[in-house]
Amino acid sequence: MKSGERSFIWVCTLPALLLAAVFVFYPFAQALLMSFYSWSGISDEKVFIGLDNFRTMLGDEIVWKALKNNLFLLLTVPVLTMGLAVLFSVLLTRKKLKERNFYRTVFFFPNVLALVVISILWSFIYHPTFGIVNSLLNAVGLEQWTHAWLGEQGTVMWALVFPMVWQAVGYYMIIYIAAIEGIPTDLYEVAHLEGASEWQQFRLITLPLIWTVMRVTLILFLINVFNQSFTYVNVMTAGGPDNGSQILMTYMYGQGFANGNFGYAMAIGVLMLGITIALSLLSELLTKRETIQY
Amino acid sequence: MKTKAWSNWPVRILLLIYSVIVIYPLFWTVTTSFKTTNEFYDNPWSLPTSFSIANYVNAFEKANIGSYFFNSIVVTIGALAICITISFMAAYVITRYDTRWLRGLRKLYMLALFFPIAFKIVPLFMLLNQLHLLDNRFGLILVYAATSIPFTVFLMIGFLSTISKDYEEAAMIDGCSRYGILFRIILPMAQSGLITVVIFNFMSYWNEYIMALSFITTEGKRTLTLGIAYLMEVQRYATDWGALFAALVIVMVPTLLLYSLLQRKITSGLNMGGLKG
Repeated sequence: MKSGERSFIWVCTLPALLLAAVFVFYPFAQALLMSFYSWSGISDEKVFIGLDNFRTMLGDEIVWKALKNNLFLLLTVPVLTMGLAVLFSVLLTRKKLKERNFYRTVFFFPNVLALVVISILWSFIYHPTFGIVNSLLNAVGLEQWTHAWLGEQGTVMWALVFPMVWQAVGYYMIIYIAAIEGIPTDLYEVAHLEGASEWQQFRLITLPLIWTVMRVTLILFLINVFNQSFTYVNVMTAGGPDNGSQILMTYMYGQGFANGNFGYAMAIGVLMLGITIALSLLSELLTKRETIQY
Repeated sequence: MKTKAWSNWPVRILLLIYSVIVIYPLFWTVTTSFKTTNEFYDNPWSLPTSFSIANYVNAFEKANIGSYFFNSIVVTIGALAICITISFMAAYVITRYDTRWLRGLRKLYMLALFFPIAFKIVPLFMLLNQLHLLDNRFGLILVYAATSIPFTVFLMIGFLSTISKDYEEAAMIDGCSRYGILFRIILPMAQSGLITVVIFNFMSYWNEYIMALSFITTEGKRTLTLGIAYLMEVQRYATDWGALFAALVIVMVPTLLLYSLLQRKITSGLNMGGLKG
């Protein structure tokens, strides 16, 4: 390789690599390492305590509660979001509605809003006295169904699910629409001639052919749910009532920044990382099918 | 085919209901931002009787939205400039030159796509503290830029690999330097891809919350998202919601505007490999 070429390669790759090394890879490695230490963060006093942080974690009730809440979100949000996204994308591609571009545009709206804005918006939707949900229930005479949605143990987690679904549906819908539009139309024509119903066409043509795209989106979505749920919980409930909506991320955050237990916080972080990896692998396995190409 | 048209109505009604679910909260926010506090408490559902801009004046004068807005713009533009420049250069070299360590680099960035952000918040906080970049807008710019490098490189590789090598070879023969090729030939050709990554990164910087919350403490340095989250806390006790709704509209407008202007670009970019929210 010519030396000019070599220096060109270095000049081009080094700035990005340096920045990523300092602010992405180093903190990542540091987080892994710190989970084995007891460290308040402010002083320089770090004590290696091996797996003690993880042992504490096993006995920490709130960790288990948070883990349960995390898993609840990871299960419900993707199922509802992807279900609706697939439904809408099929309806918008198969039914040639005149106004389909209107729906496409509108459904994508929430995706460009800041999560903080969405969280504040939904806090008002759920507001006990003047929120949209309770006002609607009162208007149709179902007063007994009204709740302080974000303030009750029984409703708070479901109340968090809907804004998350609301935010993400349009995004996945757009991706699935593109995937469906990539399917050759003659497949549907033949199926139609053979007398296949809409449902059969969906099950035998659409679904198998967009399956690969769905798998990829599922894995990325799981990671997104993990990342984004922090903002929703932080703004809408702050983990309350009585840790009822605590998730691992908000608990980790509180342990780190409010209580100064940096080592313990990172051990919780490692648990989160482990779950993310496990989930990615699991969803790979569960959705594994022969890739079909017609 | 008359019956066919009729059979579309159940579908249409379903889609319309969902449209209302999406639009109504946004519509409500905008109308409420023009209402006085008394009007709001009288009936939170009514339309404003007059379009009072008092809430917007309040948002700027009392709630300091102007300076949050300025901070958001500074941080977003700074991070965009850094991230796009260095990611573009790196992505170009990774696509065009085939060495073992460049292939490794590419894999490293792919891997980093999967790092959960929250995982690195605590060590990043301490790192910034050591570098004296805590509670510092430049520190936030660096962190934002670095965090989106893997994603930006990943997308840029996708775009750059569609550009034919012939142009570069021709330019090389004409005596153009490598840097000349990169900035005067490839850069203009990659424009459409660059716009796409600019939009995506703009959205994620403008809307970012976790890192701003963790690394910015001074009131005057808050970005918009951080500002409205605090405003929400304050208004909860002051029960004067008007300024908060005005602030919400102020945060929403730039992204909604960008989306309506560049809708096609955004949705097609999404499918070019931007499978990331």
